[in-house]
Amino acid sequence: MFGKLSWDAVPLHEPIVMYTLAIVGLMGFALVGTVTWKRKWGYLWREWFTSVDHKKIGCMYIIVALVMLLRGFSDAIMMRTQQAMASSGGPGYLPPEHYDQIFTAHGVIMIFFMAMPFVVGLMNIVVPLQIGARDVAYPFLNALSFWLFVVGAALVNISLGVGEFARTGWVAYPPLSELGYSPGVGVDYYIWSLQISGIGTLLTGVNFFVTILKMRTEGMTLFKMPVFTWNALCTSVLILAAFPILTATLLMLTLDRYLGMHFFTNEAGGNPMMYVNLIWAWGHPEVYILILPAFGVFSEIAATFSSKRLFGYVSLVWATIAITILSFIVWLHHFFTMGAGANVNAFFGIMTMIIAVPTGVKIFTWLFTMYRGRVRFETPMLWTLGFIVTFSIGGMTGVLLAVPGADFLLHNSLFLIAHFHNVIIGGAVFGYMAGLTYWFPKAFGFRLNDRLGRIAFWCWLTGFYFAFMPSYVLGFMGMTRRLNHFDNPAWQPWLLLELVGVGIILCGVSAQALQLYVSIRNRAKYRDLTGDPWDGRTLEWATASPPPFYNFAEQPKVNDLDAYWGMKERGVSTLSHTDYRAIHMPRNTSAGLMISIFALICSFALVWHIWWLAIFGLVASVVAMVVRSYDEDIDYFVPAQEVARIEKARLKDLAEA
Amino acid sequence: MSNIVLEKDIAHSHEQGHEDAGSMRVFGFWIYLMTDCILFATLFAGYAVLRDSVAGGPSTVDIFELPYVLAETALLLLSSITYGYAMLAMNRNDKAHVLRWLAVTFVLGCGFIAMEINEFHHLIEEGYGPDRSGFLTAFFTLVGTHGAHVLSGLVWMAILMAQVSTRGLTNTNTTRLSCLSLFWHFLDVVWICVFTVVYLLGVV
Amino acid sequence: MYNQSQVHSSAGTSHGSSRSYMVGFIISVVLTVIPFGLVMFPTLPRNITAWVVVALGVVQVFAHLKYFLHLDTASEQRWNLIALIFSVVIILLLVGLSLWIMDSIHHNMLAH
Repeated sequence: MFGKLSWDAVPLHEPIVMYTLAIVGLMGFALVGTVTWKRKWGYLWREWFTSVDHKKIGCMYIIVALVMLLRGFSDAIMMRTQQAMASSGGPGYLPPEHYDQIFTAHGVIMIFFMAMPFVVGLMNIVVPLQIGARDVAYPFLNALSFWLFVVGAALVNISLGVGEFARTGWVAYPPLSELGYSPGVGVDYYIWSLQISGIGTLLTGVNFFVTILKMRTEGMTLFKMPVFTWNALCTSVLILAAFPILTATLLMLTLDRYLGMHFFTNEAGGNPMMYVNLIWAWGHPEVYILILPAFGVFSEIAATFSSKRLFGYVSLVWATIAITILSFIVWLHHFFTMGAGANVNAFFGIMTMIIAVPTGVKIFTWLFTMYRGRVRFETPMLWTLGFIVTFSIGGMTGVLLAVPGADFLLHNSLFLIAHFHNVIIGGAVFGYMAGLTYWFPKAFGFRLNDRLGRIAFWCWLTGFYFAFMPSYVLGFMGMTRRLNHFDNPAWQPWLLLELVGVGIILCGVSAQALQLYVSIRNRAKYRDLTGDPWDGRTLEWATASPPPFYNFAEQPKVNDLDAYWGMKERGVSTLSHTDYRAIHMPRNTSAGLMISIFALICSFALVWHIWWLAIFGLVASVVAMVVRSYDEDIDYFVPAQEVARIEKARLKDLAEA
Repeated sequence: MSNIVLEKDIAHSHEQGHEDAGSMRVFGFWIYLMTDCILFATLFAGYAVLRDSVAGGPSTVDIFELPYVLAETALLLLSSITYGYAMLAMNRNDKAHVLRWLAVTFVLGCGFIAMEINEFHHLIEEGYGPDRSGFLTAFFTLVGTHGAHVLSGLVWMAILMAQVSTRGLTNTNTTRLSCLSLFWHFLDVVWICVFTVVYLLGVV
Repeated sequence: MYNQSQVHSSAGTSHGSSRSYMVGFIISVVLTVIPFGLVMFPTLPRNITAWVVVALGVVQVFAHLKYFLHLDTASEQRWNLIALIFSVVIILLLVGLSLWIMDSIHHNMLAH
């Protein structure tokens, strides 16, 4: 009746998990209680959960990303403390079965449920505004994408209390991830959470690709788009081309596990290496999906805070396009050591080195933008400077790893771990933090507390170097990754240094949490009345903070690059008209949420082999889609008087500012 | 709240917004189909790698019956042209013929699915199911995924027929018919690759 | 070919005419029967048959794209065409490089 599910699934014998569940349960209870007490469920439902507004959806993505950052970071703290304790032969406090789930969850959460939603969230908030549009091409699909992503995140979190998670590492190689070596539900949770959130991501790729190509405001040709939007376009192309590979590969693993097929099994003709090949054919473009939007953020910030037009716009765009295409011919560098031979390794090694070139072009472009600019060292600029130094180091170690001969020694050592954290934290995460600080006033209408933002930056920067630079040394000293315990005393001092680094990062994260709290409490004081707190150059700064739900009463006509800067210089305002017209907008809907809830029921049932429930969930999900397709009341017109009222209020704010 | 109601009438409405929205939907659907191409390409790659992994079981020559596949191909190809006639009727705003041609397409599609299920059933009964070897796994998955797409298309077609029948050829419905048209022809294109790579090259 | 009978609808895709569908259908039938015939009744050497079969399959795909999917170089279709070409490039890279990799591993790892 309940498949494999029984009360044994709750890990009562693991105190760490039970304490975590208790704390999370209490916090959840407190949150739900507060919302109920303040009677905000109606507001949340109407304004957020059923919203199809790209700005709201973007904010929700980032909120979930930040929450998942806390879980992924907790995993990191646990791993580092275990490693610091378990040198010199002791067992530490985390048995291998538990430790293996932690490093797997750490990778899965950070990549899929922290970095990806951060990227999608920033794209959601910013891109339609930057191109002068009212929303994305498919607002309902946008909401559906968000809720499908939430289902994926929910599954990973449910696995903590009900059952277990995969113990395979975040890419889940067979044969370890096959049924024979992973008979539990962990890999199934992994499969379904990635598959479902992957569908959401793919739909996002379609959405933004079409939005950017078809919904730019009049006069904004492709080569007049802001660089962040260019990067969003290339990111969308990467998503469209890479995620089907993930879908197909996970499908093959699913068929092996559920129907006894032989794609990747050791026996009956399966080929485990094929999984490795296919998963990295997706996996490499995936890391470029994570980094390109960060590059876009830095481009915007470098120009804005140097009070100068971005240097080399055209070469930046072509470099981004080059990276997009090249990212599909380097993937073997993730498995040089798996026996493809010298010719294959040489080809992919050379290609990997070549892909460093356009990235290098970008670094120089940002530096030349700042050169002879009037640089303002606001917090977003600090993140950018930290990125340029840190990411360059990470990139260089990447070029070193691109040499197959070197990689044979360094593959799966801590040198590799140091490299990818170097580029992911120093590159992607710094970019998301910069973007968060930069666009927060636009999204919410008030600035973040500046002092805490700076403290957070310095803690992250120093913390990162302490936490990961010793790993380069440890890699050269022969320490491999994912070690639960070991007894090489020479490694101990470096590991302790890294633990200090983790502590400093913890201070940074705490500063950010405090910053959010303080800023929200003092939001009246930090209010952004002009909509342009940083003296920006692109169209999103032409709107109020936060923008009205329809973004622009009249879509602006654009003449050149840095459209808003040009408008400011010419003294043109987007509000210089009085004839407001009715605006066509999409209606809120619960359909995305309903489809996703049933998808959650279906996937949970599949994990536990509760077949009748899985069928019910699938059918109900499809029915919800059909019901939506019958809905004719999906859009409306905002009356002109309403538009006029909102715009006049904005004029009043501007006068006060 | 809204003081202007959208027209729910025939195709070729003059409202700029509707036409743009319709063509944007069809374009977006085309982009989704490109991702589906890549999904199939991955399955084809898997098939190419596993084609000779027969694990002592049957290989291509042992299980493929070309006349049968030719009949399946005929059904699918015919269904493509009947859908084309449905689209021509749509452009003439001829609801009755749209429904008639869609019904014929539906029957042909069901015929294709029935033949494929029969082929699979027969193989499984002989002990040559997808769990027998890497080759059979890859074969069943590639051909089966195409079949699952066809089945989804048929479900979509049935629902769309119901919607056209009750509401007529509205903008929304004609946009959906255009999307399904792309989907249906795309599935025939994939089938060309399937019968060429799997069946014909398997037996040559 | 039959440009005067091409209708560009408001939905942005161009539409064929009855004639173009029929032409496409006949071409597809021919391009299906020939390869099936060559394989079912072997007349040419094996490897030549294989190449012919693949080539005819490619041609039939193009026929479908032109006559059924109405893909052409008209400006409204430009992005559709670009997307298709890009996807084909990615597919060729993905499948081609994967087969090269898997084949190299197979030989280097002394598989039997």
